[in-house]
Amino acid sequence: MEERASIELRGVVKRFGQITAVNGLDLVVRPGICFGLLGPNGAGKSTTMRMLTAQTLADEGSIQVMGHTLPADSKQARMAMGVVPQQDNLDIELTARQILAVFARLYRVPRAERAAAVERALDIANLKPRADTIVRELSGGMRRRLLVARGLIHRPRLVLLDEPTVGLDPQVRQELWSLIDGLRAEGVTVLMSTHYIEEAERLADTVAVMSAGRIIAQGTPAQLVSAHAGEEVLEVYGPPADLAELETLATERGWRYRRSGPAVALLGAEQLNGDAPEGVRRPANLEDAFVALTGQEIE
Amino acid sequence: MSVQQRRVHRLEGAALAGVMMRDIVLFRRYWKATTFSSVVQPTIYLLAFGLGFGSLITSVSHVKYVQYVATGVVATAVLFSSAFPGMFNTFIRWQFQRTYDALLAAPVDVEELVTAEILWISIRAGVYGMAPLLVGFAFGLQPTWGMLLVPFIGVITGFGFAGFGVLIAAVAKTIDNFNYVTSAVLTPMFLVAGTFFPISSLPPVLRTIAKFNPLYHCVALVRDVSLSIYDSADLVHLGVLLVFAVLMWRLAIWRLQARLID
Repeated sequence: MEERASIELRGVVKRFGQITAVNGLDLVVRPGICFGLLGPNGAGKSTTMRMLTAQTLADEGSIQVMGHTLPADSKQARMAMGVVPQQDNLDIELTARQILAVFARLYRVPRAERAAAVERALDIANLKPRADTIVRELSGGMRRRLLVARGLIHRPRLVLLDEPTVGLDPQVRQELWSLIDGLRAEGVTVLMSTHYIEEAERLADTVAVMSAGRIIAQGTPAQLVSAHAGEEVLEVYGPPADLAELETLATERGWRYRRSGPAVALLGAEQLNGDAPEGVRRPANLEDAFVALTGQEIE
Repeated sequence: MSVQQRRVHRLEGAALAGVMMRDIVLFRRYWKATTFSSVVQPTIYLLAFGLGFGSLITSVSHVKYVQYVATGVVATAVLFSSAFPGMFNTFIRWQFQRTYDALLAAPVDVEELVTAEILWISIRAGVYGMAPLLVGFAFGLQPTWGMLLVPFIGVITGFGFAGFGVLIAAVAKTIDNFNYVTSAVLTPMFLVAGTFFPISSLPPVLRTIAKFNPLYHCVALVRDVSLSIYDSADLVHLGVLLVFAVLMWRLAIWRLQARLID
């Protein structure tokens, strides 16, 4: 049997007035993988995520989620997936248990299974001891875990995570990462948008780099690194004037490079033996590939 | 559990129940304050108008003034307990708490969301609309069987005004915009509805305007059924309230849909 894609977008365009947020996006997410959508702020990641729940409607192109065509059958699609938004939209006047109970109902968990579903979600969020605390009084990390558990209440086969760890401290981040990894181990398809490269590198089987509303590169993290940053990177440190000179030289010689804070990083450094300047060699990483792909300038 | 194969419809019970469950949970926490104000308000009206004004006027069109006011204030109670929650709850949940974003990412449509919110508000308004009658009993209002219809009239009227509130929230730019509606729409509406004095005593222009005021029709219908003075105009009153309710419901969905889904 041919494997049906969990998510399939073809030629999707979304404009907001003069701004084209998504510009001819093609995206296919196969079942059972963790797919990382990586891109700078304003690349169109959040718009894409909202289009998958039909909270934003595409101007052009076709969208299919779990075999349902959007926006016509978006309700079926929403029923089959769990959504974890970037922005905390928990109902702050309810307790964790009450929120989960409301969503168990909304996701049509059968009555007999609802209590168990709520308990399971409280376990996922690690919030059993605080289950009856009003959400307003929970810490940021607890709220984020609850937000994730809310999206998993009905054991969806597809989960959308929009910037799941933005603004969290490292401990909470690690915790969420193991949670996401656990989902993938269970065979759940995960589509995760992030602008944290480390997050994509650690979790995603496939990474798509998004820029200006379309996908400009896609592959496993290792493929992307080797295709766009080579094997090794040579970091050359020095005063700004020297660095500017090196950049000119690099341009002349056709070396690929990027600014990396106080250094210039020469990409694919394994190929420039001999006339390479003095510097620190290190393995290329996804950040090198990302910056090489999406450009240096911050908009 | 095969959620994927499940057929979906418009206005599903499960979605309505899920959204209303939240309201019910909150109501269980706040019912004391709500009940307090809904009893105190008509008491004040009855004291101020019933006793104060009532010492000058004994009856209005053959109805004892205290009965006139106690039945009229039912509509006021319904208005206040539906239009304000419609405006404020909607705006706060949508703009500040972003609860609606969360609900719409789940299998809930805007139509279901709005319907559930309005329905809950209207049921509550129907129940609290009874408060002025209960208070009125203490002031000498006679219980009648017709009063058992009052909660239903309250629900229909409350549905319309809750829908009106959601509509206002959907078109408002900021929460301060509500001040315009409160002072320019709701206050005159509440005064020119035949609650405290008959609209027949108004100049002809205002009298005509009053006939387009749904609250006037609520006042008239509640008064007629409570005091057993039915006439054929009551069918008109009921008809206007039903049309108002359906109109506001659909308009609220239409406008909020446009704001929530981009």
